[in-house]
Amino acid sequence: MDRILFGDNQFFGVNHVSDEKSRAQMMKFKEEKTILRTLDIAIDEGVNTFMCTTHDRIGNICDLIRQNPEQYKNFKIYPCMPYAHKYANAVTELGIVGTLKEYVPGNFFGSLFKGGIAFVSKDYMSMMELLIDAEMKMFKGINTPVIFIQNVLTDLLMGLGMKEVLKSYHEYIIKKHNAEPAYITMNMPMLLDMLESVGIKNPIICSSINVDGFRMSGGKALYEHTLKTREVRAIAMQVLSGGATPVKQAIEYVCTLPNVESILFGASSRGNIHETVSLIRQFDAQKQLS
Amino acid sequence: MTRVALIGAGKMGISHLAILGAHPDVKVVGVADTSKIVTDVLEKYGQFECFADYKKMLDKTNPEAVFVAAPTKFHGSIVKELLQKGIHVFVEKPFCLNVNEGAELVQLAKLKGTVNQVGYHNKFIGTFEEAKKLISSGALGDIQHFVGEAYGPVVVRKKAETWRSKPEEGGGCLLDYASHVIDLLNYLVAPINKVHGALLKSIYSGNVEDAVYALLETDNKLSGVLSVNWSDETYRKMSTTVTVIGDKGKIIVDATEMKIYFKEANCPAPYTKGWNVKHINDFAEEVAFYLRGEEYSAQVDYFIKAIEGKVPNNKNTFETAWLTDSVIEKIKNNKN
Repeated sequence: MDRILFGDNQFFGVNHVSDEKSRAQMMKFKEEKTILRTLDIAIDEGVNTFMCTTHDRIGNICDLIRQNPEQYKNFKIYPCMPYAHKYANAVTELGIVGTLKEYVPGNFFGSLFKGGIAFVSKDYMSMMELLIDAEMKMFKGINTPVIFIQNVLTDLLMGLGMKEVLKSYHEYIIKKHNAEPAYITMNMPMLLDMLESVGIKNPIICSSINVDGFRMSGGKALYEHTLKTREVRAIAMQVLSGGATPVKQAIEYVCTLPNVESILFGASSRGNIHETVSLIRQFDAQKQLS
Repeated sequence: MTRVALIGAGKMGISHLAILGAHPDVKVVGVADTSKIVTDVLEKYGQFECFADYKKMLDKTNPEAVFVAAPTKFHGSIVKELLQKGIHVFVEKPFCLNVNEGAELVQLAKLKGTVNQVGYHNKFIGTFEEAKKLISSGALGDIQHFVGEAYGPVVVRKKAETWRSKPEEGGGCLLDYASHVIDLLNYLVAPINKVHGALLKSIYSGNVEDAVYALLETDNKLSGVLSVNWSDETYRKMSTTVTVIGDKGKIIVDATEMKIYFKEANCPAPYTKGWNVKHINDFAEEVAFYLRGEEYSAQVDYFIKAIEGKVPNNKNTFETAWLTDSVIEKIKNNKN
């Protein structure tokens, strides 16, 4: 994985510390070309990986990228699935079964239902595989070497103790999509325990890691201990804790932690992108010297 | 270890189940749901013991506490049965469809001395908590007016009908969305006891309202406006905002941000004269397991702690949720 990954929250009005800012961002990034222009700025700064949700609009971005193969030949996307609000809103409106009927492709779910109650374990896993394939369709022809499950789903499966589902996801991503399976979570130490318990070693886990301990469930000390003593390829997100900590101090913290392979950040302006990228490079260089 | 069961494994039920599943002081003893596909998956992959009939589950698993997340129309009868058995109850919002039924449950819970809580999770959000402290301390002076709003993209086009589109089953924007705002206003400002007129508008839904607009009055005569619409796709998810203006200042608070304006310099520290902006990360308290927001874990944890006797049973009680139900009824009775 690259050291620096560019995120997409700012493009779709996802802001964890201000609803107002999130609406302003939605207005700013109304047009796909504005998003692409910002991605181009990140590429200019040497950031070639875009980690993004399988939001409908990402499909349009992928179209634009496919239209310019030469320009984006080194560009990679790390898809994060699913876009949970799409499903959550659907569940509020249609219920769980209604949502599955709406989103599981083809006739699969209908026939499953008509077939009656005799479900076998494999059917549910096939359903998951179909949903993954459906979400991956938009990335056809684009390099997607790492594929993530979004935190709300990872953490839901974890809370429900569904480790076999995580394992099936893991195996399917490797087998069918020839990519590295990865996980976003708000509970990194707990997830690492669960993944190891089903034989998944040294997994890629993206979680909030920041100097303030914001959204580090179980505590900052436990995260630091986990990073120091366990085998994990960590990606730090929310390194700026949503915008509250001074940038320099925030970046210095994550750059000095062991086992943080990559840092994920999102920004809207050239100035902010440049500042974050430069600081990461600066602290990384200092670390190498020492 | 508190032995907990769940009745109703829909969206909220499964969310509670995951939080309970990860809670170190909880043992989930059973899950009841009428959907075979849901119980099948929970049983097969989650190792939960599942039941189609909740009565059978109660008999067999003998839980100390039950989370009720079945459709609202079933709350009354299920909760009554649980209370009669002396079981602690956490029930999803809104509390009951009928205020008489709710009043009976409030009394019964008192009589039985069972811990009772309703899922109005906003009260566990740091920004709203801080707003509560400031408003209660009189920081805004004499309150003049308040506005409670919630918008979101639940029904943005005509669609197939579910229980959420049936008013008799607890569907509609008033019960689903506006209840949160009313409950929050009751908590932050003062209990609402009059509705001076309300509009319940259907936009895309055939049988239920998609928007609620009402003029409100609290028991200490403060005036307010309620504006709620779940058919607004300019919002990515539900967004709830309360604005309160007083003679010393004004507060605008939502789940992520609190903006407070003070007219004078003699305001509570660390705030200063003029606008002050605080964010959720200034207030959010760490939780042991995070699923969809600290508040969902915090409310479950609070309920479990109340059962263990570690905290008082005074947050989101049946009684305060019943007050919210009674405002909902007043809005229905005063619709134009």
